Amino acid sequence: MNPPIVEIKNISFAYNGQPVLQDVNLDIRQGDFIAMIGPNGGGKTTLLKLILGLLKPNRGTIRVMNEATQKASHHIGYVPQNVNINQNFPITAMDVVMMGKLDPRRRWKRPTASDHQDAMAVIDRMEMAPFANRKIAELSGGQRQRIFIARALVTQPQLLLLDEPTASIDTKGQTDFYKLLRELNKDITILVVSHDLLVVSTYAKSMACMNRRLHYHNQNEITGDMLKSMYACTVEEICPVELITQGQSSSQVANE
Amino acid sequence: MIEAMQFEFMRNALIAGLLASIICGIMGTFVVVNRIVFLSGGIAHAAYGGIGLAFYFGWPFLLGTIGFSLASAMVMAAITLTAKHRADSIIGVIWALGMAFGIILMDLTPGYNVDLMSYLFGSILSVPRSDLWIMVGLGFLITALVAIYYQNLLAMSYDEEFARIRGVPVKTLYFLLIGMLAVAIVLVIQVVGLILVIALLTIPPLIMEKYAKSLFQMMIGSSLAGSLFTIIGLWLSYTCNLTSGASIIMVSGIAYFISLLINRILIIFKTRYKPDAGKIENSSSHSL
Repeated sequence: MNPPIVEIKNISFAYNGQPVLQDVNLDIRQGDFIAMIGPNGGGKTTLLKLILGLLKPNRGTIRVMNEATQKASHHIGYVPQNVNINQNFPITAMDVVMMGKLDPRRRWKRPTASDHQDAMAVIDRMEMAPFANRKIAELSGGQRQRIFIARALVTQPQLLLLDEPTASIDTKGQTDFYKLLRELNKDITILVVSHDLLVVSTYAKSMACMNRRLHYHNQNEITGDMLKSMYACTVEEICPVELITQGQSSSQVANE
Repeated sequence: MIEAMQFEFMRNALIAGLLASIICGIMGTFVVVNRIVFLSGGIAHAAYGGIGLAFYFGWPFLLGTIGFSLASAMVMAAITLTAKHRADSIIGVIWALGMAFGIILMDLTPGYNVDLMSYLFGSILSVPRSDLWIMVGLGFLITALVAIYYQNLLAMSYDEEFARIRGVPVKTLYFLLIGMLAVAIVLVIQVVGLILVIALLTIPPLIMEKYAKSLFQMMIGSSLAGSLFTIIGLWLSYTCNLTSGASIIMVSGIAYFISLLINRILIIFKTRYKPDAGKIENSSSHSL
């Protein structure tokens, strides 16, 4: 077994007295590709923010690369759910990616030519080179998502956290996107939040179901057992209709 | 306009207007992209409390006003950071309270009555030379600070969370930004009045946001646009005998609506005569 990059031990977190996470335990191991599912408000984004050190747990500990989260956050590439609602923000795709070159160890340094080359290389890898100097507002949802992934990749992360990255991409784009993630997973550990069970089960190596508590399944396919435990994990807590129907219809498919 | 320039007060008014345009072009860019127009309005109005304080205690005008505005701005910034969902209401309270405080202090100050109108619309035609030098100094200070912290201010304005992950000291920067804004607003208010400050802070950057490809371009564009509006406004005010501050604002407002109209036309034009989809160059991105 590879050593864990992230060790989450018994963490609990509450927003204004409202418990969001309870006794969550998770080890993210090097090379894993975890898909995290769960109802809205189940604490998925909160868990990502705790791992990034943007929030602090009320109880329990999180260690990233054997360091405190705030010190280690630069090892993590983050692709958030919605970046800036202000679509008109005057910034080019290139300048968005260059934000990944901000270095916590050298805070006030100016961007260098090699920083630009690195950024361009990542943009090219995401097949976005022709759009590098376009304004971010002129890009489509899918193109913008690629730029945000480029911004996360240019930080040369050990771990990539993606929060519902395919929400603004069409079905064809989603397949391409997950193929790309599988490719990236050769070097980088990935944790992706998604609602799409089928896509996720095809590409992910393991699954985590998050609904205040976390259930981790070290399996790469949907099995009857797994669906049962997933189903269980939504029922024992407050469960949204959406996931139950999804779970039932897929379990019917699985049983047939 | 040329013959008007033989008057010292017209020359000073023009220089004051141009300096205000540049300062507001730089700070206004941050105000618009960070969506803190309301907070700026709060700072500008609450500054009246500082003016009252300065008059009542006989302090030097700038010292009293800047001190009070900085303090109230820091309170508003802290609230914006900690209680986002309540921030606008609380800013509204401080806004009103600051003004009321100032007016009551004025009432209590024996034998002195400041005309509220001159505070609202400024007195650009009676700007003394010494104020111009203060504005020049402030302009340099703001430009220098923005140049030093540009990358970090950009990251914070675009995506605060990502900036934090990359080690940008977001909180400190935010207080710095609001502090700079408070000082800028007070100094510009003194010259052109509170209504014109808000107009110069918002209208030119709002027009430029669509065309600029970076914050830097937006700042340059806003400063130039603001300067143009100021020149035209002053000329109108001189030739038609109108209030100068209000004339500048009218020119800016009309320019804003014209820019909206042009954008509409551009969109219609682009969708109707769409060339090869792969080759569309956005015409708006080239107009700067």
